[in-house]
Amino acid sequence: MTLPPLTSTLLYLDNVQVAFDGYKALRGLSLALAPGEMRAIIGPNGAGKTTMMDVITGKTRPDEGEILFDGQHDLTRLDEAAIAELGVGRKFQKPTVFESHTVGDNIVLALKAPRGAFATLLGAPPARERARIDEILETTRLASHRDRRAGDLSHGQKQWLEIGMLLAQDPKLLLVDEPVAGMTDAETAATAELLKRISKDHSVVVVEHDMTFVRELDVKVTVLHEGAVLAEGPLDQVSANERVIEVYLGR
Amino acid sequence: MTPLTRLFDRRGALFVGLLVAAAILVPLAALVAPKGSPLHMPPHVVALIGKYLCYALLAVALDLVWGYCGILSLGHGAFFALGGYAMGMYLMRQIGARGVYAHPVLPDFMVFLNWQELPVAWWGFQSFPYAMAMVLLAPGLLAFVFGWFAFRSRVTGVYLSIITQAMTYALLLAFFRNDMGFGGNNGLTDFKDILGFAVQADATRATLFSLSALALAAGYLLARAIVVSKFGKVLIAVRDAESRTRFLGYRVETYKLLVFVVSAMMAGLAGALYVPQVGIINPGEFAPANSIEAVIWVALGGRGTLVGAALGAVLVNFGKSVFTGVLPEYWLFALGGLFVLVTLAMPKGVLGLWDQIAARWRRTPPAAAPAIAE
Repeated sequence: MTLPPLTSTLLYLDNVQVAFDGYKALRGLSLALAPGEMRAIIGPNGAGKTTMMDVITGKTRPDEGEILFDGQHDLTRLDEAAIAELGVGRKFQKPTVFESHTVGDNIVLALKAPRGAFATLLGAPPARERARIDEILETTRLASHRDRRAGDLSHGQKQWLEIGMLLAQDPKLLLVDEPVAGMTDAETAATAELLKRISKDHSVVVVEHDMTFVRELDVKVTVLHEGAVLAEGPLDQVSANERVIEVYLGR
Repeated sequence: MTPLTRLFDRRGALFVGLLVAAAILVPLAALVAPKGSPLHMPPHVVALIGKYLCYALLAVALDLVWGYCGILSLGHGAFFALGGYAMGMYLMRQIGARGVYAHPVLPDFMVFLNWQELPVAWWGFQSFPYAMAMVLLAPGLLAFVFGWFAFRSRVTGVYLSIITQAMTYALLLAFFRNDMGFGGNNGLTDFKDILGFAVQADATRATLFSLSALALAAGYLLARAIVVSKFGKVLIAVRDAESRTRFLGYRVETYKLLVFVVSAMMAGLAGALYVPQVGIINPGEFAPANSIEAVIWVALGGRGTLVGAALGAVLVNFGKSVFTGVLPEYWLFALGGLFVLVTLAMPKGVLGLWDQIAARWRRTPPAAAPAIAE
């Protein structure tokens, strides 16, 4: 698997097709993400946003098409764990944290460290781990909640904890599914700030419905519709696009 | 926290302390204290409690996979029974020429079936170390093969429970057959001695009791060491959100497989200690109902606590001993009722209820304290 990189893009999807029981969730989706880029993906319900995340992270195997990571890894042949190990992190639409673990332990589990069963059984945590956890909890404003059960956190805090877990994982590419769903305006603004900071040294793909939020991110936007790319460009440009207005904004 | 204080929380230290104390004191009460004195413990009571301790070890093994990793095995009795059979085969080979048919090598049931030579599966069982290795390896191997296929195919939840049930049922049917070569319907019994000591002797019984108590303590400590490690945190993560754990890069199937095999070996050890104390092993031990009963022990004691699982096993089996003495026909109804009651009224089991009461009791007196503090 150490072929010379075929492209300089970090993530490259070409003509990806997925069907569930005859329903075509993705019909020829193509997308290229440069290293260090942040991209917002928008699109009406059923446009294939979550399915796109699923095929990139190995949850769903595409029927056709090509997905290359780092120009050399064929993600269509790998499972979730292997793809995560390559450096693809994912945040779910519904915040998914380990409810009965403490906030601190959630971060510990996500921290970049050997993932093998014997390593976790016998290995001792390195001393610098604690400082790193403090730093992440500080960034995600959860420092005072370190010993609380993650299940007891508020919805917004869970979203942030999950983002914190992504930071701990330190992936090359972060896939973030609707990070501000259910957040207050203040939390939304803070999340946009946080994502912008993260995108300085990571590539990020954000799927979001919230237009104010997407505007705040101020990045290139890809509009999905019926499992394929409808338009791509700055938000102002795509929201002026006739087709986009028709299918997405519903005017 | 140092690794040692993490391993021994207060409850665990108390539990291990009690078991070690029992391992020392019960033989004294059974062998040294004169008959008729209030300190004397009759041999049948020693054997009975020893049996409970074996069940408790099975419960701890089950709690390790169910309570911490969410694998609801309804077939753990199979691992227990396999360990029991391995021990039973050793004990059969020890009978030698003292059997009814006085054959120097073949156990009675083989002579009765007109077999001429020892089946391959029985080779080596005259050796105690070999038999002990089999006590762990036979259940471990079954768990490995079963888990390899089930966990890689991502069979989870109720489907996994059903196939574990099918596994133990299939073994039940297989071991019932005479041509399987494990004594068929009657199983293995009429044991004479173990390592040269008479199985029925009071001193042997007392020793087996102590070994059961120590095995339970060791099994508990092993399970505890696993669950407090980072490996254990991953297990709980799998239980809470399996696919999330995968997306963090953990190979869930490897974790499940490893803990399942360890648990099966622990159950096998429990079965091996059980057989010489009850004096028989037969295919009935594979009955699905046994495995389900073990789940009830864990639920009643408190799932995901290890100590609670052991406590539940002892409590339910004590109840069973008393109940079957008084109203034998109604035991299953009582057990079923108990399970419903626990599920509805104390979802965290006896230990969870205890914690709740203790917490309330602790909270009441210091209720006035904050006012003083401020």
